[in-house]
Amino acid sequence: MSIKKDIFQALADPTRRAILTLITTHAMTPTAMAEHFNVSRQAVSKHIKVLIECQLVKQEQTGRENYYHLNPIKMKEAADWLEPFRLLWEERFNQLDELLNDSK
Amino acid sequence: MTTLFSKDLATKKINVTREFAAPVEKTWKAWTDRNSLDQWWAPKPWRVETKYMDFKEGGYWLYAMVGPNSGEKHWAKLDYIKILNLKHIIVINSFCDENGKTSPDAPGMDWKIVFSASTAGTKVEVDITFASEKDLKAMLDRGFQEGFTSALSNLDELLK
Repeated sequence: MSIKKDIFQALADPTRRAILTLITTHAMTPTAMAEHFNVSRQAVSKHIKVLIECQLVKQEQTGRENYYHLNPIKMKEAADWLEPFRLLWEERFNQLDELLNDSK
Repeated sequence: MTTLFSKDLATKKINVTREFAAPVEKTWKAWTDRNSLDQWWAPKPWRVETKYMDFKEGGYWLYAMVGPNSGEKHWAKLDYIKILNLKHIIVINSFCDENGKTSPDAPGMDWKIVFSASTAGTKVEVDITFASEKDLKAMLDRGFQEGFTSALSNLDELLK
């Protein structure tokens, strides 16, 4: 299974997207994250495991607590996956503009 | 005019919306007439070669994207599922061989193309739904995408 597909599956889950939003600005513990959602700490930990596997999230240990933060490089990769597709349609539509203008 | 582009990862949908400065009849023709499609469907420097087209429900358009490098070809097919004249077209888009035969692992996607009159002329909305995540990924991994991206970077070079 490729990393790209893993990222896609990881992002398909709304709770995981919410977790990513939460840790955009600062690292958090699973306990602190769980307080933001109606889910258990165990459920949060499972989601984090998925996010770590596809490298969207990184772990850092401070004392006894595990903190997690967003990996912006991987997030950018995920955001860019549609870029070629977007360019294709834009180019197509610009050509269609020309055609529609020409045949007036 | 601006192309609006949105994606919903959870439902495996992409929406592309664009307005054109032409009446609906004319825009519709550009999407449904093979000679018109040949002129705009392929992003330059690629071009389209239509092998067969029958624009009716149950009919299909079989074409190749022909690359700038020594006859590089990618075959694709649009199967016309539903047509409501001047309103919408529902198609299944797939990659195939030159005879229109799709391989079992070829990615599949449905498109709904909706036409409506707007202040600018015509609004066209394309709703693309992928059958599965696997299909989505396979589509993005296609060589065509890479070829297209490199073609664009060539253009960037040229414009420097």
